[in-house]
Amino acid sequence: MNHKIENKKQRCQSLKVQTITYSGTRDFVHVYLDPPIWDYVPGQFVMFRPGSWSNDPVWPRPFSICEKTDDALRLFIQVVGRGTKLISCLRPGEDVDIWGPLGNGFSLKNDESVLILAGGMGIAPFVGLCKTHKNPGNINLLFGHRAPLSSYPYDELPENMSKEAMQQKSMEDLNEFQLVLKQKIQDFASKGRILACGPSSFLRAIQKYCLEYKADAWLSLENKMACGVGACLGCVARTTDDEYVQTCTCVPVFSADKVFL
Amino acid sequence: MDFRVDLGGLKLTNPIMTASGTFGYGLEFKPYGNLEELGAIVVKGLSLRPRQGNPMPRIVETPCGMLNAIGLQNIGVEKFLLEKLPLLPWKTTPVVVNLYAQSAEEFSDLTRVLSSEEGVGALEVNISCPNVKEGGLQFGQDPQAAFKVVNMLKKHAGSKPVIVKLSPNVADIKVIAKTVESAGADIISLINTIGGMAVDIHTRKPCITNVFGGLSGPAIKPVALKMVYEVCKTVKIPVIGLGGISNTQDILEFILVGASAVQIGTASFTRPDKVFTLVKDLRVKVEELGIKSWDEFRGSLRLG
Ligand SMILES: Cc1cc2nc3c(=O)[nH]c(=O)nc-3n(C[C@H](O)[C@H](O)[C@H](O)COP(=O)(O)OP(=O)(O)OC[C@H]3O[C@@H](n4cnc5c(N)ncnc54)[C@H](O)[C@@H]3O)c2cc1C
Ligand SMILES: Cc1cc2nc3c(=O)[nH]c(=O)nc-3n(C[C@H](O)[C@H](O)[C@H](O)COP(=O)(O)O)c2cc1C
Ligand code: FES
Repeated sequence: MNHKIENKKQRCQSLKVQTITYSGTRDFVHVYLDPPIWDYVPGQFVMFRPGSWSNDPVWPRPFSICEKTDDALRLFIQVVGRGTKLISCLRPGEDVDIWGPLGNGFSLKNDESVLILAGGMGIAPFVGLCKTHKNPGNINLLFGHRAPLSSYPYDELPENMSKEAMQQKSMEDLNEFQLVLKQKIQDFASKGRILACGPSSFLRAIQKYCLEYKADAWLSLENKMACGVGACLGCVARTTDDEYVQTCTCVPVFSADKVFL
Repeated sequence: MDFRVDLGGLKLTNPIMTASGTFGYGLEFKPYGNLEELGAIVVKGLSLRPRQGNPMPRIVETPCGMLNAIGLQNIGVEKFLLEKLPLLPWKTTPVVVNLYAQSAEEFSDLTRVLSSEEGVGALEVNISCPNVKEGGLQFGQDPQAAFKVVNMLKKHAGSKPVIVKLSPNVADIKVIAKTVESAGADIISLINTIGGMAVDIHTRKPCITNVFGGLSGPAIKPVALKMVYEVCKTVKIPVIGLGGISNTQDILEFILVGASAVQIGTASFTRPDKVFTLVKDLRVKVEELGIKSWDEFRGSLRLG
């Protein structure tokens, strides 16, 4: 299968929360919702706004689509502030306004090898990608994380893909991780496509190495978003053509040589 | 009930319009509803030439609202007319072009370009943007400057109705309203965003690079309602009310104090099909309250 970038028709629906589960602490939340009517490409995201929010918080929150099956839409969310805290307290049966699928998603071919670089919550979009990939043997994943590995959906990734996780608790860990990142990118640059998602400092390091080794790399950005549909111009990123483009519609997945982070 | 509204030359099938800058160029919302059902589509503020806008971050969420300092990023009037307008249903739904310029001359050039365009239903002049260095607000705060701009715009606007959008960031909104009416404005819309600020005590930096931004959303509704009420009492031309509207009750409140139509702004961020739902829900609400006609209900606030 070829994950082509298609302009799938977006929809806004009220979906019911099926269950909420926690991995490790209550700061890592899996939200399962009734399945929406659309299909998606990994790397795409949804806007999420519980009906109970009424006038506050005003904005919806963007989340990568972690996985979508016939039974449920699944999001993997870390509690980092007020909105995500409220989301972690949702109960089964509550309505959430969901619009998507948004953004362009990752483009990759099943018969080519791919290097996936995920930092922390950046693992979310890759869960669905890896689980639906026809040739998991072609996937190489390097996962950098701070919280214990059990907080993340790492173990459920296919057995037959190659994966490696590194925890960073100190500056030394971080430096070591950067060296491994650099080495991986150097080794892989000529072999296939690199996909990356994670915090901006992580993406900046990757961008640097990818430019250095001329790798074909795609970065998934996480800018603040208000509308998710390209209307507010609050989420823009500056491209190397010196244009401000909306990360919510034109991306969030960007070619590493085309964007300033 | 007859839902139509006539704003002196600008005819709407219902009183619900979108607010500039919160509905893109309209096309962004096509997947979420039928644009033909809206009263009017007001597009993002356009300038003569494309503008990049302010550096990031440009937006921050605040209690019941948000601050923005987009800085009028837009594709420029030419590209809009070529690439966006033809795709909008302007034959059934008036497309209102919101415009911004840094000088009276630029305003007149823009107006000339737009006045001959069949697909443009009306012009909305933004003399109230708080987020740009030149132009914008200074026209909106100084009655004499406002008079000059509006007067000149009217000269070049031909048959297009001119809506003047007022800033709440003034000492007395009634003075400016009266001035733009006497300068020939066909319609007044208000309010634009209220100047505001947010800072981060951890980084000790402002939350938006521009430092100041414009506050919008439910938080500003009481301020907007008061100003719309005051302006409706002051001028004879039709008034479009906006600021913090998020449901049908809010819409009717603005009409009750005298507005002829309303615009929906930040609420479109809470759900992209919001404005379409409001059009449907308003019919139900009006029925429920037994409102007979807009003429009967508009400005029928009982005092004392
Ligand atoms: C396309 C996209 C996909 C995302 N996917 C996921 C995901 O799968 N899982 C997940 O847990 N999070 C994801 N995020 C980040 C998530 O949207 C934010 O963590 C969330 O909006 C924070 O809301 P809050 O009210 O809890 O935090 P706030 O109170 O708004 O902010 C708390 C902290 O979070 C940071 N923050 C706020 N918004 C964002 C944002 N949009 N991106 C990054 N940091 C932010 C703030 O700077 C602050 O430090 C994604 C963001 C984007 C743009
Ligand atoms: C992100 C954003 C961009 C805006 N851009 C414009 C603009 O280009 N021109 C303009 O006249 N008003 C602009 N506004 C102001 C709105 O049209 C409206 O006056 C204001 O938001 C108050 O209404 P609300 O509370 O319903 O949002 C913008 C508002 C927001 C939130
Ligand atoms: S979030 Fe509004 S334009 Fe991207």
